[in-house]
Amino acid sequence: MTTRTETVKHTRDSADARPMWQVVLVRPEVMTFALLVGAFIIASNLSPFFSDAQFILESSTYYVEYSIIALVLTLVIISGEIDLSPAAMMALSACVFAALYQAGLPIGLAMIASLATGVLMGLFNGILVVVFKLPSIIVTIGTLTLYRGLAQVLAGDRSIGKFPQWFNGIDYRLILDVPVPVIVFVIISIVLAAILGTTVVGRQIYQVGTSEIASIHAGIRVRRIKLGLFVAMGVASSIGGLLTASRLASVRYDMATGGELQMVLMVMLGGTYIFGGRGSILGTFLASWLLVIIATGMTVANIAITAQLIVMGALLIISIIATNAIYARTQR
Amino acid sequence: MSLITKFLSTLLHRREAGIAVMIVLLALVVGAIQPRFLTLETLRIIALAIPLILIAAMGQMMVLVARHVDLSIGSILAFSSIIAGIMFRDLPEVPIIISIIAAIACGAALGFVNGVIVTLFKLPSIIVTLGTLSLYRGLVFLVSGARQVDPQYIPRSLIEMSQTSPIFGIPWIVILAFVIALLTYFFLDHVRLGRQIYALGSNPVAAPLRGIKVVPLTILVFTMSGALAGLTGIIYASRFGYVNPGITGVGFEFTVIAAVVIGGVSINGGVGTVLGTVLGVILLGMVNVALPLLGVSAFWQDVIYGAVIVIALLIDKSVRDRSARALAAARSAA
Amino acid sequence: MADAPLIAARGISKQFAGVEVLSDVDLDLVAGEIHALLGENGAGKSTFAKILAGVHRPTRGTLALNGQPVEVNNPIVAQRLGITLIHQEPISFPDMSVAENLVLGRSDNALLGRVPWAEMEQGAKDLMTQLGVRIDVTKPMRGLSIADQQMVEIARALASDSRLIIMDEPTAPLTPKEVDTLFKIARRLRDEGRTIVFISHRLEEVQALCDRATIFRDGALVDTVEVADVTDEDIIKLMIGRPLRELIHKTGSEIGEVALEVSGLTQPGTFKNISFSVRKGEIVGLAGLVGAGRTDVARAIFGVAPAQSGTISVNGAQVSIAEPSDAIDLGLAFVPEDRAVAGIFKTLSVEHNITATVPGKIAPRGFISRSIEKALTAESVKQLRIRLASVRQPIGELSGGNQQKAILARWLHTDPQILILDEPTRGIDIGVKAEFYDMIGKLAADGRAILLISSELPELLALCDRILVMAEGELTADLVRADATQETIMHAAVPKTGNHAQENAA
Repeated sequence: MTTRTETVKHTRDSADARPMWQVVLVRPEVMTFALLVGAFIIASNLSPFFSDAQFILESSTYYVEYSIIALVLTLVIISGEIDLSPAAMMALSACVFAALYQAGLPIGLAMIASLATGVLMGLFNGILVVVFKLPSIIVTIGTLTLYRGLAQVLAGDRSIGKFPQWFNGIDYRLILDVPVPVIVFVIISIVLAAILGTTVVGRQIYQVGTSEIASIHAGIRVRRIKLGLFVAMGVASSIGGLLTASRLASVRYDMATGGELQMVLMVMLGGTYIFGGRGSILGTFLASWLLVIIATGMTVANIAITAQLIVMGALLIISIIATNAIYARTQR
Repeated sequence: MSLITKFLSTLLHRREAGIAVMIVLLALVVGAIQPRFLTLETLRIIALAIPLILIAAMGQMMVLVARHVDLSIGSILAFSSIIAGIMFRDLPEVPIIISIIAAIACGAALGFVNGVIVTLFKLPSIIVTLGTLSLYRGLVFLVSGARQVDPQYIPRSLIEMSQTSPIFGIPWIVILAFVIALLTYFFLDHVRLGRQIYALGSNPVAAPLRGIKVVPLTILVFTMSGALAGLTGIIYASRFGYVNPGITGVGFEFTVIAAVVIGGVSINGGVGTVLGTVLGVILLGMVNVALPLLGVSAFWQDVIYGAVIVIALLIDKSVRDRSARALAAARSAA
Repeated sequence: MADAPLIAARGISKQFAGVEVLSDVDLDLVAGEIHALLGENGAGKSTFAKILAGVHRPTRGTLALNGQPVEVNNPIVAQRLGITLIHQEPISFPDMSVAENLVLGRSDNALLGRVPWAEMEQGAKDLMTQLGVRIDVTKPMRGLSIADQQMVEIARALASDSRLIIMDEPTAPLTPKEVDTLFKIARRLRDEGRTIVFISHRLEEVQALCDRATIFRDGALVDTVEVADVTDEDIIKLMIGRPLRELIHKTGSEIGEVALEVSGLTQPGTFKNISFSVRKGEIVGLAGLVGAGRTDVARAIFGVAPAQSGTISVNGAQVSIAEPSDAIDLGLAFVPEDRAVAGIFKTLSVEHNITATVPGKIAPRGFISRSIEKALTAESVKQLRIRLASVRQPIGELSGGNQQKAILARWLHTDPQILILDEPTRGIDIGVKAEFYDMIGKLAADGRAILLISSELPELLALCDRILVMAEGELTADLVRADATQETIMHAAVPKTGNHAQENAA
């Protein structure tokens, strides 16, 4: 109470600026990075494999499809929305691809059709959110069931495979010793980080997520941005679906079941704020590698894959709580 | 005359009436195409499909009415089911009823954890329960050692609950489900605490101003949802005669949410009736049974669930917009 | 009057974020009176009412109920002490029935007890009969008119046997007939020995209904009068009170062509048939009470919530504005009233806030140029004398006045020809206010057209060439500076209950 009255006496024009070290260090990406280093050290002690970059790169190909989508999901969450349907979109667009290819369509056209499916699914999500003003969190629960169901109708209970040899095994193609999907991931990371950090659209994504009402008043075309982001989710999911199809050399309707959890986890672990307005591609990028090391580390340590579900679920909740706490500290 | 029209108009304005009409229409249409649909045997199959969804739907409905969502019920179901299964298998000397109570208590405990995390850290329930969905499933694998509990260990008496009937050939589990629905109805409509759940969801800002203890009430709602999911786990073991850590209850949450929103429960909280939810569950059960009879692949099931959720959201939204517009018009006319 | 008064307030003061909005109020409310609280917007009457009802806690001062000191820490305690605040648009549980809304949360009921539906509905019906209103108590609150919702709140106050019922501008959303009903009930409650506090802007209502009136101004209690002894003119004088500060900032700008013209702008339920024009170099004020529809008109012009019918012309050409970006392209700028929600991006840096409206300028080739952004921000900070620790700190850390300067700076970068300023100086220190007045004057002198919405009459009188007045969604006056006084504005702004039709837009 006494401090309150003091501030009254000399009305202050602004709070003091936070010291530079705080601005740089007290942020969630630092937490992610520290965890990454810690996980790496523990994992290397656990198994000599982890000192081998090649091993980590190989392991990462199991998760990199999710990581790519998580990058776009980061933008969606920063803009104050969420999309829980990407795993289902992966499955449906991959099933469209496989079914069309099997029906005799040239593989190139089938891939284009798959990407178009991604655009349509993202557009549908976006229209429900932007035009009909439904909450994205629950709408995408509905469309996730819908898209997964359509994938099942399309592909039935069988695996569709027998793709041409050149299409399969993209995770074994290396460029400069790095698997192609990882290169795709790194390139998309750089592109999205550049968009988010240096372009007007990126700036506006933060502004929309910070305050939609203030954005509207400042003349920002909020609906266009959000619609664009949902479509981007559809396209990224479609790319993820095609990469998975290539890696597995076959497609089933249950591709990536439960993948939405991992993607949301990567974004949250990377320090993006669940209520929008804050976050970074760097965080999600680091969190992707963190997750690779944790998951692979547990496998190497002979912890059953299934028990990893516990770790993933707990990590999701803990990372949201920690991120909220960090933002609450830097926020007066 | 005016009395009759008034009666008809109130009937038509009730969401429940709409679902009831759809149920009758569906029965008539499917029956016309495939007469086998209108037999007692089909009725029995539909009846057996209901309890599993209905009991969990009662819990999910309370959560939605309080303006939350619980995505973890499928995993809670599996956890309770596996606990009961393991007790049946490894501790055959323990009375069955104790195992059942233990299973329900486990469900309640997991629901309690959901409620505590949501209220303590003020996090969106949908994300928290997405996390616990995974976490609890992991616990299922952990306690079961990833091994299925095979049919020979499930007690006969439990399995018979789905097969024998005390009256009119209605199986025990169906009766149990409807008893649960009645109890929920009584709680939500005739007990003060139950009414507070509606108040909380209807206006979360005003609720504490009227002396409603929001935190304990929210935790209670999640705990009840967990307990009911736990009971559903027992019904699952009874119906299918085994428990598998990787299969039991996977994707169950979407079925239940679809049933509840068809029943007219609003995701914006404060709105929803037990009758509507029961009718929603029956409609969904009928659709499931009708599909194969009509020669439609069962694969369409999820498409229907998903479409139903999206359509129900759109209806809910348009009802809200319309009443808001009507109110504004009334105000400007005044 | 020998007994202690029902409520005795002594030295009640309240500060919000360092600004004192209420200081040292002493007031007695006695049993069986209807007591009006009057004052301009922001005079402190509502804050005082909310302190009585436990919504706010006073920074200093004490309350006594029937001579016993009490602490009203929250609305639940207030309810228990027999104090009920009825909001203009009552807070309720829209999905639940009227009868349930009456009893919900009553602390004397066991949580696991049964809901006695029949008894509850009968009790609710009895209350409605007692109030003499026809409301179906089984219907959900959602469908009720505002008047009926207020009745339900009054019924709730009766059900808990409240001794003090505070009505915060209850008549604003009501029809004349509904107002009559409300008055009848208020009188009956008074005759039962209850106390009613009545907050209103409508002076003839105060004359018709109230026994005593207390006038607030600038957060202080000015006077308490017997209503029968005073005229409307007396009350208006007390409300305005302060000597007119001679703040003439205008540097005699040239008034040119019509820059903005709206004609027949109508949005059912909020405003109708609004027509006016603003010329280059002219400052046009828009006065009116809260809820008169001024902000809605501004939002309609700027495309935030476009009007249903009517036309807007810019520089003589009719234009269509579907969203704010259209308005910006036409050279409009809008500083919104609710700075915290619609103005600032609270957690983003001052820099990012200032450049939000000019993406094309900071990113000439698609990529944001840090040097351009820095230069633009530095220019603003210097030009508007924005005081801050660093341009990279979150804008939420700045004082209100400096936040507002940043918002204005944001718009100056778009080089707007027409500025709409909605309460630009609300919640800003006196010293900074003067800076704003200078800036607004300069902007007009540069040939810009300015529409200034303000609830502070001295501000309008000092700055404006012309003053428009709105009441209940309609323009009620268009005064040139020579004719405008606080009295003439107030007369046009105070709604004439039941005879709007007689007022013509001049």
